[in-house]
Amino acid sequence: MIKYNEEHEWVTVEGEVALVGISNYAINQLGDITFLELPELDSEIDSGESVAFIESVKAASDIYAPVSGLVTEINEDLLDAPELLNKDAESIWIFKVKLNNVDELDSLLDGDSYAKYVNTL
Amino acid sequence: MEELLKTPLYEKQKALNSKNVGFCGWDMPIQYDGIIAEHGYCRNDVALFDTSHMGEFFFKGDIEKSAINAAVSIDIEILPVGKCKYGFLLNDEGGVIDDLIVYKLQTDELMIVVNASRAAIDFKTLSSRIKVGTLNDRSLEFAKLDVQGPNSKETLQKYFDINLDELKFFSFVQTKIFGNDCLLSRTGYTGEMGFELYIDAQTSNKIWDALIADGVKPAGLGARDALRLEMGYSLYGNDLTEDITPLEANLGMFVNLKRDYVGREALSKQKEEGLNRILIPFKTTSRRSARKDFEVYQDDKKIGFVTSAAFSPVLNVGIGLAMIDIDEFNEETTFELKDKRGSIEANKATLPFIEKK
Repeated sequence: MIKYNEEHEWVTVEGEVALVGISNYAINQLGDITFLELPELDSEIDSGESVAFIESVKAASDIYAPVSGLVTEINEDLLDAPELLNKDAESIWIFKVKLNNVDELDSLLDGDSYAKYVNTL
Repeated sequence: MEELLKTPLYEKQKALNSKNVGFCGWDMPIQYDGIIAEHGYCRNDVALFDTSHMGEFFFKGDIEKSAINAAVSIDIEILPVGKCKYGFLLNDEGGVIDDLIVYKLQTDELMIVVNASRAAIDFKTLSSRIKVGTLNDRSLEFAKLDVQGPNSKETLQKYFDINLDELKFFSFVQTKIFGNDCLLSRTGYTGEMGFELYIDAQTSNKIWDALIADGVKPAGLGARDALRLEMGYSLYGNDLTEDITPLEANLGMFVNLKRDYVGREALSKQKEEGLNRILIPFKTTSRRSARKDFEVYQDDKKIGFVTSAAFSPVLNVGIGLAMIDIDEFNEETTFELKDKRGSIEANKATLPFIEKK
């Protein structure tokens, strides 16, 4: 099941590993993506921490960790072609995190709640 | 907050999925399909911009007796009828109140096109400097469409009786389109072959529909900003302000210091004493772009600030303009553009960033 934080990152979980990306809503707001900085491989990240950032023709924005854990993979294909995110950002993971605490997922928004949340913005 | 003004084309743009922003008091499309796509339509084909927010003033009276020639940096007296010219409205210190284009409609008649954000202060300033004659602000009567791109001439030709090949750069004609008045100007803000059409609101709707039906793509302010910056054209409020002189903005070629007008003495003095700072073009060494107000550092010392920046789809790097302290700056080496998020490496470039066609 896909979940979201209020900073517009999404998470899906495969076993102990979370795949993290940016919501279609956020990408749509940013417009054409020109640059992406990835978190450091093998770094420990905390939920809510700024771990990377993304730039578009309109703005720059931090990427916040939606969960805590160890960064086990980063999607290096996006470094040369960050514009891939403009096609369907919710089908492309940006980094993977080995979860420290699975319970953290409970505090994230499900799809319906996130849709309601972005409607308030 | 004051309600934003809407151009006559607002509803038509919304129907084409425009994303809008508040810009100089107007609710304007920043993009439709996407900034990079729209930039491409203009560079490679033809694009349609609504610039109805711009201000249009009309002057009628004896040019010489009015002293309007001393009110702006442009020598209106020698400007031939049918030509237009870019220049400045300056304050006593040589700072830029606005940049503008003066159209010589008749020997005793002018149209002055100004920035929306500055229209009120421009009108007040010009009115106070003109001795005789009448100045009218007719901004809200006029819509303005910019048709820009290598195929703009072919696209527009069928709507006009005149041969568009005969209209030279910075020339205009007062003609008709769909039976209504149209001031057609061979000018633009993109660096491409292009035209600007000054028409009434109703006519602007007809032209919009006709061009969209022809397959012309609309483009928003986002693409317009990248296009103008690739050419190194200044944007008022960013690269030009009341605190920046045309010499500091590296626009000395647009000011004649041998003629007399408000601000000229200050410019002559500045030239004689030498500049302390100047606007330079830069390119980043990556796809990262700085933003306005990023600080410029060289050898850990702050030497200036960014006035405009954008991602250039043509060059695939960040480009921009920065005001730097001349004494502190070494143009041979790299510098950093910084904000709280970090640092972007950049080098001095030359203008225009891309070849002018």
